[in-house]
Amino acid sequence: MSERARWLTERERETAEDDFERDLHTEHQVLNMGPSHPATHGTVKFLVELDGESVVDLDVQVGYLHRGFEKECESGSWYQCIPYTDRLNYNSAILANVGFCMAVEKLLELEVPQRGQWLRVLGSELARLSDHLTRCGAACLELQAMTPFLYGIEARELTWDLLEGLCGARVTSNYVRIGGLRHDMPEGFPSWCRETIAKIRGLLRDFDRVVTGNRIFIDRLRGTGALGRDELIAYGVTGPLLRAAGVAHDLRKAEPYLVYDEIDFDIPIGEVGDNYDRYLVCVEEMQQSLRIAEQCLERLEALGPGPVDVADPRVRWPAKGRVFNHMEEMIQQFKAVTEGPRVPAGEAYLAIESANGELGFYLVSDGTERPVKVRCRPPSLINLAPFPQMVRGGLLADLIPTFDFINMIGGECDR
Amino acid sequence: MEDHGSPVLRRLIDVHAAAVEATHARFGDVTACVQRAHLARVLCFLRDDPECGFEMLVDLCAVDYLEQGRTPRFEVVYHLLSLASGRRLRIRAGVPEDDCTVDSVVELWPAADWMEREVWDLYGIRFDGHPDLRRLLLYEEFEGHPLRKDYPKERRQPIVGPGSAGG
Repeated sequence: MSERARWLTERERETAEDDFERDLHTEHQVLNMGPSHPATHGTVKFLVELDGESVVDLDVQVGYLHRGFEKECESGSWYQCIPYTDRLNYNSAILANVGFCMAVEKLLELEVPQRGQWLRVLGSELARLSDHLTRCGAACLELQAMTPFLYGIEARELTWDLLEGLCGARVTSNYVRIGGLRHDMPEGFPSWCRETIAKIRGLLRDFDRVVTGNRIFIDRLRGTGALGRDELIAYGVTGPLLRAAGVAHDLRKAEPYLVYDEIDFDIPIGEVGDNYDRYLVCVEEMQQSLRIAEQCLERLEALGPGPVDVADPRVRWPAKGRVFNHMEEMIQQFKAVTEGPRVPAGEAYLAIESANGELGFYLVSDGTERPVKVRCRPPSLINLAPFPQMVRGGLLADLIPTFDFINMIGGECDR
Repeated sequence: MEDHGSPVLRRLIDVHAAAVEATHARFGDVTACVQRAHLARVLCFLRDDPECGFEMLVDLCAVDYLEQGRTPRFEVVYHLLSLASGRRLRIRAGVPEDDCTVDSVVELWPAADWMEREVWDLYGIRFDGHPDLRRLLLYEEFEGHPLRKDYPKERRQPIVGPGSAGG
């Protein structure tokens, strides 16, 4: 208000403000954000309708990373799908591997040996950890906090080192097989893993000290991007976003798969479901993942050496020694490599709790070695759909952290 | 009609006997095949009925059975979840090739908005009553629906963008 207006009477002041509003011609502006924008780490485009700095409406345009995942899967053998699942979510490839292979095992009615199951859980939790580290680290980076991002990425490097030790690749793990795993963990892995977990805990502590109680960080996240419980459910949102709104729904507890029912861990939930709650849920889930990983190591050591694969010639290859010396095994190996397994006709849906929520695979087989349908239910895509509802009426600047905590991963969203 | 020990399926058969064509529960996945004409009504019932209470539409996809020679050629598949009871249910409905339309359920679950757009985009199945049935993953100029089995995997189309409009 100008210096002069302060001397006006109440009534005159009201008239002056009306005049001010009337004379100032405003119009909505459409801002094109992306598809290649530093804060949309993933290729996605937003058409944001702005009134000043407030978001009036938003159109999300996805599909820039569409590469025909389902089409490719439906034109190869069941085994050839596994490397494609690596490329769904680059942060947590093992989770997609596990989800797909478990869905095929459901059709084949196979049960993986204990050791294989514990190793799958171990791999899954390390992958979940790396996913959450990226989410929280990148959110800080985009709120102009470089240091915590580096703490997060350093911890992610350590998890990726572990994954590299486990399966030979840092990002595209390709570790899980139908009926088991590619191989057992290397010698000395448990002690190395424990040392690394201690280091990761240290980095998480540093991260926590810099970020969690930080006034600027809290002010940016509290009350932004919130959406009510009922709306989230109607939109099919799962994972940390739903748990932050107070719904204790986690498939590891709700529909325990693998050996999760034998593991002691907690499901953190939030209260209001804003970005700060989402952050807190993710931070606590990382601690829980480390807890689960430690229990896995303990159990794997207690179990002792043993098979990680089912002994089923339909899906696993015979031992190399026998392939070279026995006719039957040689034929079996030849057929397994050139044709791949035949999966009994039928349909099955299997969902696991990925870092972003329910990652499901709906498979249809007609009894041949080629799938009829490989549908991936992508949590990234489904969690992104209510994004306009989360940011409408808020400030443009709050759109960024909200998008960060949705953690849309282009590879999985667009498939 | 067999209910396979599922109270939800029993309830569905009791109330909508005419709509349910077949049921199964292989691998523990409770499934009902319903007639396309009754689909939206059945789904609405499953959401609103207190004994069913499927408040979440988990997934919606389509399957093309061209190579299996099945009629109707397409099928739309809905996966539902009730958070309160933890129950899941799969609903399937056949869609013939010459009339590729299904009633939209966006009114029931806003989650269906993008899912239906994706099915339209990749399979060319229209959803009647969808407020904004645009392609989701591909661009409007794209010809055909690539997840149909008669769309060749090798087919390439130019990427059309704002810079190449008209040329």
